[in-house]
Amino acid sequence: MSERPASGERKVRVVVAKPGLDGHDRGAKIVARALRDAGFEVIYTGLHQTPEQIVATAVQEDADAIGLSVLSGAHDYLFRRVLELLGEKGAEDVVVFGGGIIPPEDVAALKAIGVKELFGPGTTTQDIVTFVRDNVRAPV
Amino acid sequence: MSDRERWEKETYGPFRERAPERRVPFETLSGLPVAPLYGPEDLADWSYAEKLGQPGEYPFTRGVYPTMFRGRLWTMRMFAGFGRPDDTNARFKYLLEQGQTGLSTAFDMPALMGYDADHPRARGEVGKEGVSISTLADFERLFADIPLGEVTTSMTINCTASIALAMYLALADKQGVSWDRLGGTMQNDMLKEFIAQKEWICPPEPAVRIVVDMIDFTARHVPRFNPVSISGYHIREAGSTAVQELAFTLADGLGYVEASLARGLDVDAFAPRLSFFFDIHNDFFEEIAKLRAARRMWARFMKERYGAKKPESMRLRTHTQTAGVSATAQQPLNNVARVALQALAAVLGGAQSLHTNSYDETWALPTEDAVTVALRTQQIVAEETGVPLTIDPMGGSYYLEALTDRMEAAAMEYIERIDALGGMIRAIDTGFPQKEIADAAYRYQLMEDRRDKVVVGVNKYAMKEDKGIHYLRIDPAVELEQIAEVKRFKALRDMAKVERRLKQLADACRTSQNVMPVLVDAVKDYASLGEIADVYRQVFGLYREPIIF
Repeated sequence: MSERPASGERKVRVVVAKPGLDGHDRGAKIVARALRDAGFEVIYTGLHQTPEQIVATAVQEDADAIGLSVLSGAHDYLFRRVLELLGEKGAEDVVVFGGGIIPPEDVAALKAIGVKELFGPGTTTQDIVTFVRDNVRAPV
Repeated sequence: MSDRERWEKETYGPFRERAPERRVPFETLSGLPVAPLYGPEDLADWSYAEKLGQPGEYPFTRGVYPTMFRGRLWTMRMFAGFGRPDDTNARFKYLLEQGQTGLSTAFDMPALMGYDADHPRARGEVGKEGVSISTLADFERLFADIPLGEVTTSMTINCTASIALAMYLALADKQGVSWDRLGGTMQNDMLKEFIAQKEWICPPEPAVRIVVDMIDFTARHVPRFNPVSISGYHIREAGSTAVQELAFTLADGLGYVEASLARGLDVDAFAPRLSFFFDIHNDFFEEIAKLRAARRMWARFMKERYGAKKPESMRLRTHTQTAGVSATAQQPLNNVARVALQALAAVLGGAQSLHTNSYDETWALPTEDAVTVALRTQQIVAEETGVPLTIDPMGGSYYLEALTDRMEAAAMEYIERIDALGGMIRAIDTGFPQKEIADAAYRYQLMEDRRDKVVVGVNKYAMKEDKGIHYLRIDPAVELEQIAEVKRFKALRDMAKVERRLKQLADACRTSQNVMPVLVDAVKDYASLGEIADVYRQVFGLYREPIIF
């Protein structure tokens, strides 16, 4: 159920997800809460999600963006797979961003295939809120 | 008027009027207030015998052994594991050559969550965050040429710890080492998984039942092995305060004691082998106080609440690790300094074992060079600083003792709340500790964002560009090779034997039969970690977490 502000534009809806087997959810939960406090609609998937589950959630919830958090080193496979599946579902317009322990070379490679932004350790919640504000639009 | 009050009025007060104190929060990292000065007045009703006692004696505040580091230094135990078993075997041997005194094994996420390398859910994760293990054949390669009777091995593994222990015991049989010579520690702390590290298969009740199977089994058959390492580390890393770490860790420990007593075990038969694991964060005195409070509180619980008779049952022995969350990706060499100070706090806190983090871990698994600096840091504390020459050199510090008392009181309040909820399993069901930790983590982040907490090199003294560092890369071919190897090996097994063992295991799980003897037989017939975890999934069902953020 979406809240519709007076402008007729619904709130930006972000799925925050933990793909793979990694259980480090401190960052994902903080980001989910910061985005919620900033006025976005946030769906947090919980842990241990497959890329298929995440994309299904995003499609079902009509999400405008997906934020992925991976600290286990499995980012390369998991981010790619989410992008592939979004493509298969015709949902390429969903903005994919993420964060975690991701070495610079991998950041460059993931951005090259369509991950919009990757946030590393030391990022403030404000940086992420600003990114979502500037880069994600809800459909009118 | 006491002399302290006189000083405040005549000297401190007027001086502060003229030269105001710095405008920073005078509080510990966890938010406990810090006074300008501590003195005898702060320890008014304080008694040495009651609060400290002598080293090696109840309540063990000054240390669990009579000689502490004069007798034997703490164990320098660097956590290591990546890639294929052979890759980690090489790192183990390197660390032993460099003077490390115990092994500590990091497993990859599939092994930690109960999937073999060739399972679809393992894709992208094989060998990435630790070593890949699917069958006993992998264990044989992991410990190749390492005599199990001569090292102690710690294994950071939880919902599949029973399987890893079975593999270790099976390997000891193959090496001809009797089980009573085996020393080491399984992390195997499932309660903290549900509140912090979040690796699980089945719900808390059956998860704790397996932990108790292991406590019971090792007490009888592997007497030098610690079957559980009750861990605050992950609780703290997930964002708790030091007080919450102290409280939830001890409450988890009480949970295992209760469950073991409910099984009919005698407290003095298993309690001496319960071990602990704490985080060592940036606030120097708070961390030392935390370890001292933990020892005193545990000793009292064991003696007063559970009627333990043996001093060994009351002794809180702990591993420690410097705080991963305190490391910064920016100006990563600064982490060397942070780790050194945290290591010093761990030693002054009387830790039995220490892992020092490597400065490059905010980028990837550590390189050999980075691990070497981290190990050398411990060796410098041990052999250059003079700190280990006397027992508990910080004992009696007015500030430290007042802080220890304060942390104990604050932690007791939490433990009483958990008691009132009916113990830790019930508390987990209500989401209480999870919510407390998530709230603390969020508050902490906002303080960093607002620069109320300084992070050197990040929100203060930041520099425009950071020179990149050299970091470890796991070749993507490792995953494919390991998957192929596991598939090839599995195809060679006598599947009738494997099926029979898995059936026996399912029967043991359904009844109250201890799973450990069945597991040892099962892994010897090369039943895989994933196949065994599947039995747990089928018999006990899957855990679904409450979504709390």
